Parts: sequence; structure tokens; C-alpha cells
Amino acid sequence: MTTASTPMLEGRGLVRTYGTVQALQGADFAVEAGTVTALIGDNGAGKSTLVKVLSGVEQPDDGVILLDGQPVVFRSPMDAHRLGIETVFQDLALASHLDAAANAFLGRELRRFGVFTAKRAMRRSTMTAFADLGVTTVQDVSAPVMSLSGGQRQAVAIARSAMWAKRVIFLDEPTAALGVVQTRRVLDLIRQIRDRGLGVVLITHTLPDVIDVADRVEVLRFGRRTATFDREDATVELLVSAITGVYSNVAVEAPADATEIDVAGAGR
Amino acid sequence: MTAPAKFEPTTPVDDGRHTDAEEAGGQRGLLKRLGSVTALYTVAVFGAEVLFFSIRAHDRFLTTNNLILTAQNVAVLTVVACGATFVLITAGVDLSVGSVAILGEVVAAKTIINAGGEGVLDAALGIAAGVGVGVLVGIINGVGVAYLKVPPLIVTLGTMLAGVSAAQIITDGVNVPNRTLSGLGNDRVAGIPIIVLVGLGVVAVVGILLHLTVFGRHTYAIGSNADAARRVGINVPGHLVKVYALAGALSGFGGVLSLARFNTTSIGGHQSDPLEAIAAAALGGTSVFGGVGSIAGTVVGVWIPGVLRNGIIILGVQPYWQGIIIGLVLVATVWFDQYRRRVAGGTGGLRRMRLRSTRPSHHPPTTTTKQEGEP
Repeated sequence: MTTASTPMLEGRGLVRTYGTVQALQGADFAVEAGTVTALIGDNGAGKSTLVKVLSGVEQPDDGVILLDGQPVVFRSPMDAHRLGIETVFQDLALASHLDAAANAFLGRELRRFGVFTAKRAMRRSTMTAFADLGVTTVQDVSAPVMSLSGGQRQAVAIARSAMWAKRVIFLDEPTAALGVVQTRRVLDLIRQIRDRGLGVVLITHTLPDVIDVADRVEVLRFGRRTATFDREDATVELLVSAITGVYSNVAVEAPADATEIDVAGAGR
Repeated sequence: MTAPAKFEPTTPVDDGRHTDAEEAGGQRGLLKRLGSVTALYTVAVFGAEVLFFSIRAHDRFLTTNNLILTAQNVAVLTVVACGATFVLITAGVDLSVGSVAILGEVVAAKTIINAGGEGVLDAALGIAAGVGVGVLVGIINGVGVAYLKVPPLIVTLGTMLAGVSAAQIITDGVNVPNRTLSGLGNDRVAGIPIIVLVGLGVVAVVGILLHLTVFGRHTYAIGSNADAARRVGINVPGHLVKVYALAGALSGFGGVLSLARFNTTSIGGHQSDPLEAIAAAALGGTSVFGGVGSIAGTVVGVWIPGVLRNGIIILGVQPYWQGIIIGLVLVATVWFDQYRRRVAGGTGGLRRMRLRSTRPSHHPPTTTTKQEGEP
């Protein structure tokens, strides 16, 4: 939050409660254009919930979301999509029986005469988009996604989001199931997307990846932001101590119950 | 398949699956040219069956008349099974198709009689009513499955039981004879029964709908991964209602064709329609796990038992054997198809099940890559 420019997407004082579980307790988060922001934290820190709230999958109980400095409300993921925010979920959300081109255009099919799928045009566009992104591992966009390797599927999912994103891409654990070479390709792809001027949010447990690719790091703990780092300040040791709560460089109020959090969230 | 690798590092450090997949990519083009891969084995079974009966009884089996007769006999089930195929592709099932066919017959016959008529308008009214009641039951099925989240097996079991009941109430349990639609069921144009032409028309229309339209693509997507479909903004419940309504419409229309062919309703009939429709779709390569299937496959899947029934009768074999034979062929075909896919590592139900069952037991080597378990 030390940079002068307005963040592309920002969440302030976000609160989200599931029954008695307070997944987000006034979380702040910001991502800027042309940067990779890593979002890290231990299991249950609220990373997934934060992504769901910022991508419109779930609505916050309290707090505001700002897009280019303007408050926005996402009632559904479609609202976020329309504003250029895409999410690559951990399970990739690919229809595995369909091919890469069909997945890339799923729900946004190119049509002929209003009802027919323009298969050839979609395949061509998909091939062009993949080539532009340097995705060379997926040569056959008309092969069922099921027949692709894990790395190739990940590439399809990320490239699909990159095709449609105009502002921000959330990547939820994109390298969790990948080998060394596949991970490197995904990180290259992330840089490629960043260099297009998009804001990339990388949610991961793999700290070397964070050091490798992130321009900024935001650490979440118990539903709040407890630390932020610029790339040059981040070390694996420092990140680990921030994740485990040993280190913090953001002022955090004392633990509070739900009503007080509402007040704190609104007052921010 | 174009775009040569520009700066693809040709490192051999890659995992094995990557190269496997690329090899498979080379073969896929060839298989594609051969047509629907899933239906390939079914076509082979069908060919073997035709060959067998051709040799054993060529003088009576391989005649134009017999072909036309068989086509006429399978027309109703073809229409019904096309609807069932859509439902199966969404990873659902529709047990109510037989009951809906009976309802379609009954409602069509009653409507025609009440309209007082013999005329074309009355006939059209009857057909519309028969299809309409099918749509109605289909919508009930769809709402139950998509919005009330009741398993398709249960919802359609409910409408299956209720449908027959409704037909019995409407008719007081007595079949309604009516000849108004007889021309549709029994007349011929240029030597071909109208009912066969109508069946072909339905096949063409729903084939285009499934394979060439956005509606069809969303049907596959929902069956393949409903969550993914929802996340890209497809109205999954709404689409499911449409699919079940389509299946209902086709079943109702199947009932109308049945009425047209036999000049009477058949309240006691159509008992095995749902299972025969599912069997036909499965024979034709439609996966009961969803995401896979084709109309062409289902048509072949309808013809296999159709030809068998016909051939057995010609040969004078006790017709009761056909259930055993069809049952064996069904299981063997699906098993062989899945076995082949498992070996090839391509698409298929078994592979999908295997992926599912391994995912939760995935243990990454280090704690830093642990899966996140948030609500």
C-alpha cells in the first residue's frame, strides 16, 4: 500500500463469516496493474475466501471492493467477468470431455446464425491466443482436455483466463500438482500475462515460486493481512515467519468478536 | 496442429504423460476421420449381427421389405432414445420416458376425440397435446433435478409412476382406440413409411441440436463438469430443465407415433422403454457418467436390438432369447470400449472414475504444497 498509483483492484476491511467461522476478519488486499501479487498464508488463513469475495463468487458481509479506485459490488462471478476479472480455480474448472478451444470459449461461444457454434473460428482464435501467450505445450486445441497432461491442462486454464481478463487474474495454487518443468512454464506464463499489463494474483504455498515470480507479497493470517513485502525484501525465512505469525509489518487490531469486526471493517 | 514449436525447449526432463499425450494427439486425427470413435465398436457389433443374419437367412432377412419393417418397428424407440441421450450426456437419467410416451398417446387420443375429429386440424391438435404433456412432465423432472436437487433417478422414478397413474385416470384404465393418426403411422411415401421419415427428421434435428449448436455444447459441458459450466456463467439449472423438457417432448412425440402406428393407446405397454432407451444410448457410446455421447451412436444402439428381434423371429428362434443376448452385448460393448480407453489413456468413464478416486488421496511431498482446506 506504499505505492502511489491507484490499485487496479482493492479490497478494504473485508469480512466474511460462515456460521461461526470467521474466514475474513477485515482483510485488506490490493493488486496493481502489471504486477504479480502473491497471496500467501497458512491453511485456513482465508486466502480462498478472499479470492472468492474479490472474484464475485461470494459476497462479503462487510467491507468494500474498489476497482480502479471506484467502489464496485460483484453480485456474481459474471459481474466480475464483465469487469475483466478472471479466476483460475485450483480444480481448473475445465470440462474435461471438451477440447481446449471449447473450454476457452465455454459460456462465451462464438456463434453463427445465433445458435450454432463457430467451431473453426473458435479453434483459430484459441490457437492464436495460446501462441501469443507462448503456450507451446498445447499444440492440438481440438483434443479433449482429458487427454492432456496436468501441466497442459493448467496451461489451458490459465490461457483461457488470460484470453478474457482485462484487469486481474486470480490463480489459485496453479503449480500445486506440477513437476519442475511444468511449474517453470506456468511461472513463465504468469510473467507473460503480467507483461501485458494485467494484475496477477498468485495464491500459493510454494514460497520459492513466490520469490521467483512475485513483485509484491501479501500475507494473510486469521482472515487479516498481517504483512506485505516488496519483491526485494522478501525471503523465504521472512515469509515463513509472517505466515506463522512471528513477524508482522501491518498494524493489526486485537482479536475481536463479530460485531466489533463489523465496526472496524466499516471504519477503515 | 499447426504453429511449429518456436521456443519450446526440447528438454527431455518432462514427465512421461506429456509425450504420451502428444503421441495420442497424432492418432486422434486418424480416429476422428473414421467417425465417432465411441460408436465404432457398436458399428462393428451391428455389422457382425447383420452379417450373421444375412448368412443364416439371406432370402428373408436381406430384403427391402424387411429393412423397412425393421425401420418402422424401431422408429418410436429411436425418437424416445434421442431424448434419453441428451439427459444421459448431462450425467442424468430419465426413467419416465415410457410413462411419458403412454401419457402422450392417451392425451393425444383424448384430445383428438374431444375435438370431435377426423380432420387434419384435430390431428395436429392431438399431436401438439401429446408433445405438450411430455414437455410438462419434462419440466417437472427438470425442476426436481435442477432446482430441488433431487437425484434424477428418484425424480424420474416418481414421474414414471405418476405418469402411468395419470394415464389410467384419464382413460379409466381402458385403452382408447383412435385411427385419426393412422396415416402418420402406416402410410408410405415413395415406398418409405412416413413414420420412418418422421423418425429420420427427428434424428436430424436433434443431431444438429446436440452436435452443432451452443445448446448442445452446454449440454456436454454440464455433463462433463457442471461446476465449470456454472463458473463460466452457464445457467446450469435452466439448461437442465430445457434438456429434461426436450426429453419429455420427444417421449410424448414417441407416444404419438406409437398411437399412430397401432391405432390405439397402450397403457400396459412401453414398460421397458426407459431401459431400452438407456441401453441404446449406452450401446452407442453415451457415457452414463455424462459428457460423452452422440445421436448417431444412439441410432445404431436402437438398431442393434431391433435387428436382433427381427432376425430371431425370422430364424424361428424362441424370441425370449433376445433379452439375454442384448444384455450380454450391452455389457460387453461398454466394457470393451472403456477397456480400450483405459489402455489408450483417453477419455472415458473408467478413467474419470479413477481420477476422482485418486484426487482426495493425493499427498504432496512437502507441507508447503498442502492442499488448502477452507470452507
